[in-house]
Amino acid sequence: MDNIVEVHNVGMNYQSPNGEITALKDISFSVKEGEFVSIVGPSGCGKSTLLSIISGLISSTSGTVKISGEKVIGTSRKIGYMLQKDHLFNWRTIYQNVMLGLEIRKAVTPEAKERANELLKTYGLFEFKSKYPNQLSGGMRQRVALIRTLVTDPQILLLDEAFSALDYQTRLVVNEDIYTIIKKENKTALLVTHDIGESISMADRVVLLSKRPGTIKEIYEIKFDIDKRTPLSSRDAPEFRHFFQKIWKGLDVHV
Amino acid sequence: MSMSNKDQESRSNLEQITIISSEHKVYLERLKKEKLKIRFIQFLILTVALILWEICADAKIVDPFITSQPSRVVKTILRLYEEGVLFHHIGITCLEAVVGFVLGTLLGTVIAIILWWSEFLCKVLEPYLVVLNSLPKIALGPIFIVWIGAGPAAIIVMTLAISLIVTVLEVLGGFLAIDEEKIKLVQTFGGTKFQVLTKVLLPASYPTLINALKINVGLSWVGVIVGEFLVSRAGLGYLIVYGGQVFKLDLVMTSVIILGVAATIMYQGVVYLEKLLVKNKM
Repeated sequence: MDNIVEVHNVGMNYQSPNGEITALKDISFSVKEGEFVSIVGPSGCGKSTLLSIISGLISSTSGTVKISGEKVIGTSRKIGYMLQKDHLFNWRTIYQNVMLGLEIRKAVTPEAKERANELLKTYGLFEFKSKYPNQLSGGMRQRVALIRTLVTDPQILLLDEAFSALDYQTRLVVNEDIYTIIKKENKTALLVTHDIGESISMADRVVLLSKRPGTIKEIYEIKFDIDKRTPLSSRDAPEFRHFFQKIWKGLDVHV
Repeated sequence: MSMSNKDQESRSNLEQITIISSEHKVYLERLKKEKLKIRFIQFLILTVALILWEICADAKIVDPFITSQPSRVVKTILRLYEEGVLFHHIGITCLEAVVGFVLGTLLGTVIAIILWWSEFLCKVLEPYLVVLNSLPKIALGPIFIVWIGAGPAAIIVMTLAISLIVTVLEVLGGFLAIDEEKIKLVQTFGGTKFQVLTKVLLPASYPTLINALKINVGLSWVGVIVGEFLVSRAGLGYLIVYGGQVFKLDLVMTSVIILGVAATIMYQGVVYLEKLLVKNKM
């Protein structure tokens, strides 16, 4: 498999009147096509900044990012971004919310509409398409947000703490849902989280960042000896604890 | 595909609405009765007040020359109508108020958009906005009269002066209060600044805009009446000033009452517009 994302020596400095803050330093790693990679690290280590750089929303002060061999300059259509909250617009129906990305890219075609309806049907939201977001539960809203991203047909999904606004039970269910959807649609995914359990349960590899300035401390290969892996079955596997301990030690948390 | 419990809950909630239990019926009746009671008492207060006013004036407990009285107000309205000037005065004032109101809201929103678009310009103009917002705009009245001339145009400019800055600050504040992440969402899809404006800022600001409209209804009436006090030869403000000068309190009271009715109708119009625009979407 080829590397679809290549991060090479990326560094990021923020300027403020009080001085310069180094958020990221010398970050290099790559993601293969179809792989699910989690990035964990203490709060404020620049995890989200890293995602913003990969997506092209902001440019790094040093280093390069390549998507399928092309250098990232500005936002790319190959990338779908999922934010912490679903940010569905209350003034739009579910269907109109799903179409937002396509509208912005001026890509509303009959085929795209067909695809949106198809995705809504597949993921159990078709009967809610004319409802407004405040009539849906948190889990359903997060699924709508994912469909809003998927309908633009990205190759890579960037998930920026995409589940942390949900309560724990809903979160486990949505993890399961979204993991299944991502695997089924055969997407590459990069998940930023501060939840160790979540990062292990979903990822093929976990990238551990140090505290500020964020550098790569370690990359863990996550492998489970199970047939049909899902986040919940991973959590049940005996190896889960072992990975958890290793990453926990690596995080080196002091309160 | 697994459904969370919440999903099922929200579905069963939708179904429950169609079944009405007897307990619920009793509750609805009680609500209806209470509403009727409130309406009745509201009507009663008005009626009693009018009757008391009439009786007191008739019995010379208060001097009707100073306080006027309901029957005189009705007579004044009829007299103005017979003279054919009633709707002339109401029309002029309402027209000035509506024009000032619409212009103030539109211009204010456009200026707010420009200030949001250019952060630099916003920072440059900030002290000027602060001064203009603090200044009692009525003080500018004589300047407008000299520059524009005594007439409806000066009155509309007076109305604009009073409502414009408030609108700009209100709408700009609304824009800046919008969640940055919603804007980021549009940017992740490659959205331009103009798309951020049309897809997020303006629709998300509906409640703010409606609020600005409500404030402006009140302010535009203030502007119109002040303007008419200063310059005009027609309109309700003119009738109030004229009535006061020649000690015709009947005319003053009548004009104030008509003014109250007209301003209320305009305010209710905005409330109706609000219902139309933000119906179950917020």
